[in-house]
Amino acid sequence: MDVPPLRTAVTILVGFGAMMSLAAGMTLVERRLSAFIQERYGPNRVGPFGLLQPLADLIKFVFKEELLPAGANPVLFKLAPALAAIPAMLTFAAIPFGFYDGRPIVVADMEIGVLYILAIGSLGVYGIILGGWASNNKYSLLGGLRASAQMVSYELSLVLSLVAVLAVTGDMNLSRIVLAQDSLWNVFTQPLACLVFLVTMFAETNRHPFDFAECEPELVGGFHTEYSGMRFALFFLGEYIAMVVMAALMAVLFFGGCDVPFLAIADTPWWAGALAMLAKTGFFLVLYVWVRWTLPRFRYDQLMWLGWRVLLPLSLLNLAVTGAWLALSGPAGPGGAH
Amino acid sequence: MASLLAFLLFAGLAVVCALVALFHRSVVHSAFALLGTLLGVADLFLQLGADYLAMTQVLIYVGGILVLILFGLMLTPPDRRELRPARIFLGLAVTGAGALLFLTRMDSGAWKAAPLQELPDLANQASPTAEPIGLAFLERDSWLLAFEFASVILLAALVGAVFIARRRFRVDDEGA
Amino acid sequence: MIPTAHVHILAALLFGLGILGFLRQRNAIMLLMSVELMLNSANLSFLAAAREQGNVDGAMMPLFVLVVAAAEAAVGLALIIILFRKRVSLDVDLLRSLRD
Repeated sequence: MDVPPLRTAVTILVGFGAMMSLAAGMTLVERRLSAFIQERYGPNRVGPFGLLQPLADLIKFVFKEELLPAGANPVLFKLAPALAAIPAMLTFAAIPFGFYDGRPIVVADMEIGVLYILAIGSLGVYGIILGGWASNNKYSLLGGLRASAQMVSYELSLVLSLVAVLAVTGDMNLSRIVLAQDSLWNVFTQPLACLVFLVTMFAETNRHPFDFAECEPELVGGFHTEYSGMRFALFFLGEYIAMVVMAALMAVLFFGGCDVPFLAIADTPWWAGALAMLAKTGFFLVLYVWVRWTLPRFRYDQLMWLGWRVLLPLSLLNLAVTGAWLALSGPAGPGGAH
Repeated sequence: MASLLAFLLFAGLAVVCALVALFHRSVVHSAFALLGTLLGVADLFLQLGADYLAMTQVLIYVGGILVLILFGLMLTPPDRRELRPARIFLGLAVTGAGALLFLTRMDSGAWKAAPLQELPDLANQASPTAEPIGLAFLERDSWLLAFEFASVILLAALVGAVFIARRRFRVDDEGA
Repeated sequence: MIPTAHVHILAALLFGLGILGFLRQRNAIMLLMSVELMLNSANLSFLAAAREQGNVDGAMMPLFVLVVAAAEAAVGLALIIILFRKRVSLDVDLLRSLRD
């Protein structure tokens, strides 16, 4: 570990700040963009262009009464929002945002970064199940149940689509995956995996058109029906951070991360790399909102059909083709074949 | 010293959560306590230098198997658990005998013979465990056959589970 | 470095708790969970031994245990669902007949 401690400390502070402000900014972007798509104004009163709206929301959340429904289990009920938010925050630690001084700008540069994000990210569903169960409300319980079945089904396709990418790169370290895409982004070598990842990324974050855990026409608010105040805010913070992480993962794995097109990573100034990474992440964050107001929600059986009969065979096919191609074309990628 | 403290902390977490899982009245509480145990064990894997195994543990056990179990729990009624008090003593006897046997045998013979080798700990990330494990899987004389058998077992279990749980009596279900 | 014996003792403790739970429970899902606990303790022991021997083989076993656990959970839960559909109870002590 030859990274100086001061740099680690600064990275952690900046990383945490970036995560929180991206998530908070996302709440504003989502509301403004939805308003734009629906030809409304959206929140534009607090500060210039409504930029201070997240702050106002925060104050409102803090001062709202925390309700505890009758018959709910107090301990588990209070534990659930934390269980939803903490794993999402943890995954952010492994996202590399560029290179400074020859080393990646990342809180934890892990050898198994991809696996870490998948593993810790899969913990997020517990907050939803627990919140749904502890609320003592049939709608909440149904929301939690749906979320659990959905997450398990889509995680398969997610992981399988990533395995093909890992096979091409021959590495599980996220910053080295970025370096390997210096000349050619993975989206061009793995377009099918990219497509599968794009769909499952919406499902894994419980976003429209897969937001069955909180599908308002059927389930009121789903798992968070009974939550209010800061606990409700924590659920949403978790969801937005998970979105940021998924968008950043998409950028890192398929779109070259901090790689500026037509420019070698080694020659790019660090701020340009970080800006490129932020721009790519921002694009996929906006895509989340765009899709939300463009596509109707699936039916639950359609969701299962899509997950098991379309995405899973597609990702398996992709993996098989990738494997065959790698086997035929010999050693590929840095550290690929041995 | 610090590593020992960390070990004791997470070992304590695992054991306490296991106790809660076994003795709590509500089945769902048990499942969530088991989550604590599994995470504690995953952390101990990390402390033993097996980063890959720790992540696999979290991904498969915590993110897959336990979610499946919770799903099963929520599909079935929240029954008050009726335990079998008479068998506690049998369980205690078996456990105690096993532990005693283990603890007395542990210091003898083969356990001590092997030299203590330095294996990668988490702070030194230059030596991941993913690579040797992956290579060992594909080496012809070590684990390749077992690896293939494991995949067949998984496939068989998948087909079997679908076959067992499919609806036999109602055909009018759309699509299913 | 954590002494290997400590890990083995912890594994034995967890395994014992798993056995205790398995013998005590009547709910089929709780039986599954007890088995998972035992498998986990075995994993821990395997890994401690692998570290002591400096050998990758011990680190392979937990992966196979994981495979077995996944298969067991899938088939077990399918059985439990069928059981519940026919008997409306998960009490394994009520399962005394082999006929339908």
